[in-house]
Parts: sequence; structure tokens; C-alpha cells
Amino acid sequence: MTATDDTLRRVLGDVLGLSPARLAAITADTPLLGALPELDSMAIATLFGAIEDRFGVLFDDAELTGEALADYASLLALVAGKLPR
Amino acid sequence: MITPWPCPGGDEFAVVFDRGRLARLLIVPPLFAEMNHARGWLVATMRALDAAGIDSFLPDLPGTNESLQALPAQSLHGWRMAMAAAARHFRASHVLAVRGGALIFPNALPGWVIDPIAGHTLLRPMLRAAMIAAREGGMALDTATMLETGRHEGLLLAGYDCGPALIAGLDTARPLDEGQRELRSADLGGSAPWQRAEPGYDPASVPKLAAILAAGIAA
Repeated sequence: MTATDDTLRRVLGDVLGLSPARLAAITADTPLLGALPELDSMAIATLFGAIEDRFGVLFDDAELTGEALADYASLLALVAGKLPR
Repeated sequence: MITPWPCPGGDEFAVVFDRGRLARLLIVPPLFAEMNHARGWLVATMRALDAAGIDSFLPDLPGTNESLQALPAQSLHGWRMAMAAAARHFRASHVLAVRGGALIFPNALPGWVIDPIAGHTLLRPMLRAAMIAAREGGMALDTATMLETGRHEGLLLAGYDCGPALIAGLDTARPLDEGQRELRSADLGGSAPWQRAEPGYDPASVPKLAAILAAGIAA
């Protein structure tokens, strides 16, 4: 598990109130949008805002799409792509 | 208990723990949905302060919660006047402003701010939520255009009917803290109540916050 992965899980847990057991059960192909009832439009916006806070990145409108939240791997790829390498 | 207080534009309600003591803390709540998410946590903290010998007051902002005033008619300026009136009415000796509350609190009082945020930081997720909801409905909107519309015509954001004065005010407002101590929710333990999609808080953070406030007021 990378540091990015670890932090992203923690943000998901904080925002969506997921138990440690549910967090640990998340794998790359765990679906997010449509699978987590907690993810309504305000929760999505809050989640992206919390990711920005935690990672010190900023998303454009165009990046905030349903595809980015298709599964855990797509969200992780979006975040990893914003980080300086 | 819940008690009315005289506010410009009409009486508003406040949660109060008032035994006529000298230590009297006004709590200026976060704005919009964050207020609903933080309310249980703040009231639990007020109960702990009561046990520590401190009176506290959590007023409604005009146009929110139990208020009979219209939300679209509100502005940050109006909310500042309201919180100043509440401070006078309840004879507050100290103030605690949380998140967006830092944009409107009476900053001549000594006290604390918790995770103060700029107005545009508060607006951003609300604009994004409206954008995402509009996209789901098949409408392509971007947040910059929505904000521009909102500054002139007002905007319905996350279920809150915000007037143009409030949107324009939030777009540029900065926290007002001036000498108050800044607390970080991360230092109080658990995830912040306003960051959670579902209301809830870490019970351990309540006595921790109450102890910090009580020690500061006694000093």
C-alpha cells in the first residue's frame, strides 16, 4: 500500500464515515459511485474538497466526473496524477 | 434550553446554558450544511462547559434553522450585525467561531476560532455539488459561470436559496480573527463533524475542546 493509497483511504473514511473494516475491504476495482449510497452530489463535492485539502492539490471542473469515481482505482489514479513526481 | 433573543429583523432562537455566571461564551456556528453537521457536537460541548461553570449561547443565524426570516434576504453583513446583537444581548465575555462562523463573528471579544475558512473555500464545494447535480440532469454548467450568475441573481446551492449579496460576500470574505486563538479540529481528534457526509462526531473531542475553552476562560 503506497502513502497516497493510505491517505486516500483515510479521507474516504473520514468523509463517508466508513468503518475500518469497510475501508480495508476496498480494492482497486471496488465500485464507488452508485455503490456507496453516501455519495450524493454534496458528498462528492465534499470528498473532492477534502482530497484537495489533504493532498494540497486543486481539481478543475472537468476533472470532477462520474468516471473519476467509477471505482477506487480511477479515483486513486486521478489523485496520483495530480501529485508532483 | 432554547430561548428567543432580539435580532435585527425579528426575534431569533438560541440554544443557551445560562445560570447567570460571569464566564459567558458566544458560539458562532459554521454556515449552511456544516452548521447542521456541527450542531450536535457544539451542543455536547456546551453541556460540558455548563458542568465546568461556563454559560454558553448558540444563536441561529437569521434565515437559517428555526429563523422566520428569509434566507435570500441575508448577507454576511447582516449576519455580522446579528451576531454582534447576540453578543450584547447575552453579555458574552468570550467567543468561539467555527469554520465559516469566523467570517461573521464579533472579533472584539477574546476567544477562539476553529478551522476558519475563507468564503470562497466554503462556496466551492456547494458550487461543485450544484454543478454535479446539474450535469446529472443533463445540463452542462461550470462553477465560474454559476458564481457569476449567483453574484447578480442569487443561486440555489445545496438546497440553500442564497441571495446575490450573500454569494458576492462569500466570494471575497476572509476570516475576521484578530488575536483569537486558532484551534485545528485535527488536534481535537477524530474527523471534523463538518467534513462528514453523515452527521456525527468523535465523542472524545468534546471534553478535549471543553477543557481547552475552560482553561482559556479561567486564565
